[in-house]
Amino acid sequence: MLKLAWRNIWRHPRRTLLTLLAIAFASAVLVFFIGLQLSSYDATINATISIFNGALQIQKEGYHDSPQMRLTLDDSNKLLEEVRKVEGVRAAAPRAVGFALLSSGSRTYGAQVVGVEPEVEAQVSTIPGLVKRGRYFQRSDELGVVIGEDLARNLKVSLGDELTLLGQGMEGSMAATVLPVVGIFSSGSEELDRLMAQLPLDTFRETFSMRGSIHSIVISVDRVADVEDIEKRIVDSELLDPNQVVLRWDELIPGIKQMIELDMSSGWFFYSTLIMIVAFSVVNTFFMAVLERTREFCVMLSLGMRPGYLCRTVILESVMLVAGGIIAGMLLGALIILYFGKVGFSVPGMEEMARQFNLPGAIYPRVSLRALTDGPSVIFLTSLFAVLFPATRVWRLNPIEGIRQV
Amino acid sequence: MARVPFGAGGGLIKNLSDNSKHPTIICESVERLYQQGDVTVHALAGVSLTIECGEFVSLCGPSGSGKTTLLNCVAGLDIPTSGEVYLIGNKISSMSKTELADLRLNNVGFVFQAYNLVPVLSAQENVEFVMELQGMSKKLRGEKARSVLREVGLEGMEHRRPAELSGGQQQRVAVARAIASEPQLVLADEPTANLDSKTSASLMDIMRKMNEDHGITFVFSTHDQLVMDRARRLVRMHDGLIESDEIQS
Repeated sequence: MLKLAWRNIWRHPRRTLLTLLAIAFASAVLVFFIGLQLSSYDATINATISIFNGALQIQKEGYHDSPQMRLTLDDSNKLLEEVRKVEGVRAAAPRAVGFALLSSGSRTYGAQVVGVEPEVEAQVSTIPGLVKRGRYFQRSDELGVVIGEDLARNLKVSLGDELTLLGQGMEGSMAATVLPVVGIFSSGSEELDRLMAQLPLDTFRETFSMRGSIHSIVISVDRVADVEDIEKRIVDSELLDPNQVVLRWDELIPGIKQMIELDMSSGWFFYSTLIMIVAFSVVNTFFMAVLERTREFCVMLSLGMRPGYLCRTVILESVMLVAGGIIAGMLLGALIILYFGKVGFSVPGMEEMARQFNLPGAIYPRVSLRALTDGPSVIFLTSLFAVLFPATRVWRLNPIEGIRQV
Repeated sequence: MARVPFGAGGGLIKNLSDNSKHPTIICESVERLYQQGDVTVHALAGVSLTIECGEFVSLCGPSGSGKTTLLNCVAGLDIPTSGEVYLIGNKISSMSKTELADLRLNNVGFVFQAYNLVPVLSAQENVEFVMELQGMSKKLRGEKARSVLREVGLEGMEHRRPAELSGGQQQRVAVARAIASEPQLVLADEPTANLDSKTSASLMDIMRKMNEDHGITFVFSTHDQLVMDRARRLVRMHDGLIESDEIQS
């Protein structure tokens, strides 16, 4: 059967080559674009989580949904040390978070006030490196505040100006202090730049009566793709109290995942058009083959070949042709990815736009199993489905109608 | 008549008489009606015919007399409107498509007017085709195919594709394909229609030899006098009926 199928494929070399090229081209395009898409998602996720949220956070249960001051992690130093030892964890930093009114001489704005440990914050967040004016903190007990540039503009403050902070402490006490602006950051995230003020952790604790408590441990990891394994390791290591939870980046910022899913869906809309064109090409090839070989098929049926066997021969021909095209397309797509993985892929205007959102200016796609198989497997299945149409025609053939006579 | 199968040596005698206890073909009042627009055509108008194992029979008659329709019904490729056909003891009307395919595969060889070889296969591969479907080992079917090709005078042409053979050579490959699997019956529809008289005579001699040497039953339709002259039994048809049925010396 294999020999017969192989020779039949090459009965019309030009037609076969054209179909092969169409399948290979579509497969290569899908492999490259899906590879590019997946790599751009990785870059987006990395850039987004590295600004502030981290890949994982340990919090008190319920804090993420309802961030109340009293939902704290107590005696967190030991937990921090242990978490830093977990395989795949790059760094872990403590944070405390409150909400307060910030007043300059003439204006008052609400802000999210975050207490950070300056020595480790830069390992989980890019904000310390995004300070455009002034400087970031140097010590945990320093008296000062770093604010987003939009907040600074709204409050009409500049470096050295004093801000009055007024909020509610952990036990319902008044949280009030006056701090000088030591730095102004620009993260590219409108929300952070407009709402965030950072304080050194000790200063925060004192202001908000937090004593030694924090609200979260922010964790950065070596590879975002391993985040589920690292989460499992932390949970399995029994470091956490029963009322403490580990949240992944997609739980902390569900919007990114939704955006990726939406983008993937719209991508598949484009891909499916391409796949349909290929499927039509395959149907055309095999429909023509079946039509021109009707007499031959009828002879085979007359000689005693079972209709099912004949159908399988036609399907085997299509499998060989489609598989050949797909393998060639996968190789070509992988080569294109490898090339752009070295030189980077960008379109005009992309770098400037990416910079605004703190994203890399070019995408460096990587060859991955998903990039190699997602598109080609859909082409393969669609083509096989498409070839069922000519194959069923073979199944229904009446030998005497095909050959007219014995 | 005892049947002699083809083999590497070609001389191994195997008694296949178990299958020949039934007449090879029995047709009982076979009718086949076709609808052509508003007109009903009686292609077969009640044909009764029995052909025993080892016969060499020619169905002859003018175009439209029902020869081809009768062969189609005998082969199980067409279903009679009424009447019954028994092929080697099997009632064709009660068999499924797959059972009919298996019956043909194992018991019937075909020779077509237009040769109908598989163009992508060589002469030897075409001859092996049916045996391959039967599941015969590659070695054995290769030996048989070469042996039969030698018998039909195509030694040295085993690896040629049909396009590289003349019409007469192609038809000899078709005969070789029909008989290589040692069927009980070979049905041939106008096997010499596309051949010149010399080639036709040669082909008929080959088929007659196969019939005599191997006991294969041959039934062919024709209106070629040369073919009729070589038949041992001549069945004349006209308007879907058997007009005469005679044994020739």
